[in-house]
Amino acid sequence: MKALRNFLDKVKPSFEEGGKLAMFRSVFEGFETFLFVPDTTAKRGAHIHDCIDSKRVMSMVVIALIPALLFGIYNVGYQHYLVTGQEMDSCGIISYGLACVLPKIVVSYAVGLGIEFIVAQWKKEEIQEGFLVSGLLIPMIVPASCPLWMLAVATAFAVIFAKEVFGGTGMNIFNVALITRAFLFFAYPSAMSGDSVWIGTEEIFGLGGATNVVDSFTGATVLGQVGVAQGVATPVLTNAVGGQLSVMDMFIGLIPGSIGETSKIAILIGAVILLFTGIASWKTMFSVFVGGALTAFLFNQIGTTPIMNLPWYEHLLLGGFCFGAVFMATDPVTSSRTECGKYVFGFLVGMFAIVIRVLNPGYPEGMMLAILLMNLFAPLVDYFVVQANINRRLKRVKK
Amino acid sequence: MSLFSKNNQETFFNPLSSSNPVTVQVLGICSALAVTAQLKPAIVMGLSVTVIMSMSNVIISLLRKTIPNRIRIIVQLVVCAALVTIVSEVLKAFAYDISVQLSVYVGLIITNCILMGRLEAFAMQNGPWESFLDGVGNGLGYAIILVIVAFFRELLGAGCLLGFSVIPQCVYDCGYLNNGLMLMPPMALILVACIIWVHRSLNKDLQEK
Repeated sequence: MKALRNFLDKVKPSFEEGGKLAMFRSVFEGFETFLFVPDTTAKRGAHIHDCIDSKRVMSMVVIALIPALLFGIYNVGYQHYLVTGQEMDSCGIISYGLACVLPKIVVSYAVGLGIEFIVAQWKKEEIQEGFLVSGLLIPMIVPASCPLWMLAVATAFAVIFAKEVFGGTGMNIFNVALITRAFLFFAYPSAMSGDSVWIGTEEIFGLGGATNVVDSFTGATVLGQVGVAQGVATPVLTNAVGGQLSVMDMFIGLIPGSIGETSKIAILIGAVILLFTGIASWKTMFSVFVGGALTAFLFNQIGTTPIMNLPWYEHLLLGGFCFGAVFMATDPVTSSRTECGKYVFGFLVGMFAIVIRVLNPGYPEGMMLAILLMNLFAPLVDYFVVQANINRRLKRVKK
Repeated sequence: MSLFSKNNQETFFNPLSSSNPVTVQVLGICSALAVTAQLKPAIVMGLSVTVIMSMSNVIISLLRKTIPNRIRIIVQLVVCAALVTIVSEVLKAFAYDISVQLSVYVGLIITNCILMGRLEAFAMQNGPWESFLDGVGNGLGYAIILVIVAFFRELLGAGCLLGFSVIPQCVYDCGYLNNGLMLMPPMALILVACIIWVHRSLNKDLQEK
């Protein structure tokens, strides 16, 4: 550690204004403050000083995401082996998962951080650390078979139009990772929804390969199956090769879906880390689940379509509901900031997610659109909370 | 005063760039979103607006001294409405397919803010020749933006230009897909924003402090 510090101190002058490597100044600084807590403090504007700066916050979120990521890697390989009908061996499963997921992570970080570096250097600012989390979230919310070039285009779009034009990290209105997914979803619907995208069946780097896809293979997500079902009752939910799914399977997460969203256990571990370190607000997280559960319960009572009849607890376990609630609705930049507002924001996210799922047959999953919609209304929620507070205090003065 | 004096040249060329009706005054955005999914309707729309704008500018400019001030908007509307109807009928007669594609948007030229803006701000104060130049300039300034937006939307959204596919099949075989978002109206707004961005970074005096 000491040697690293000495090395950084030695090379630092050449990166400063006028030095030989001045064009990489922002890169160097970003790297240095990533490794060591910076020795400078905010010069103006900040009135509350905390020992934990935003780089440390972001690192903590990344750590919280790791369990879901690891499980996602395993699940991608597992689903592949399941539908190709090959004999399961854990080594093959993990290597196929890695071959599928790692390039996505690399592409997402390379494109996003590349743009951030260029912008930081151009505007002579420090590199902002926001993309550290977004860059990991992006590969986790796309289907396993999403092509890399699409991911690159969507990431570039999101970083430029959802973040940099608003002024960079901390100024964005919408969650950057979700904008990436929304862009993919509307621009390339055939690669982002439907039955054939959730499970990687193609050979990657010589690993895997669909030599003999089993006959009964349906790659639809569970919500997709319910969405297309006819009649009134919820259909029997199956995995990719026709085996029946129990609630426990949905909780463990060996089901088709976006890479990081399937395992509720892994997400729960992440949630515990986020709540324990105080990074995510329990109020938002809790009220998302309350909103979702109440709305789904209400639809259960009406119960005229298969998806209305899906039990409320399964609604919460399926699709990206948990992932969105834990990692995306709690985004401190795009959610409400007032304490009361967090309850309202979370509740409405959960409510709209279920409403979109149930009432719009075009979108089997509603979490993405619900969070983006509420991102837009978060400042309004805050405004009313603040106004209510002002009015309450005014009344006290007048008495 | 000669026909192409410096003033007249400015009247004609300013709307093409430094006071472009779409990118600088941000008028006429609604139709720019609606008709730019393909290049052909965008070109026809741009030309229709240019024709209507130049002719209505000339007519209003000729009438400007006789129009009572209190009913000037109604008179302007009547002139526009007559011209829009003529253009709409001509399109239906000679370019039926495109007039179907443009549907209500030809009729809605009458509510185009650029049109009324130019009549009110320019034709009411200036002679017919200047007004004609101003109308053509503003119409073309609008058309240019429409064509640029439509070029990118059709190219990236459908892989075509003017209906001919220009992206070779081998690119699709490599896994390329058309960007469906480009065909949706929101993307037109983002493209217009990009044009404004480029335009302002090239013209320093357009940037707000």
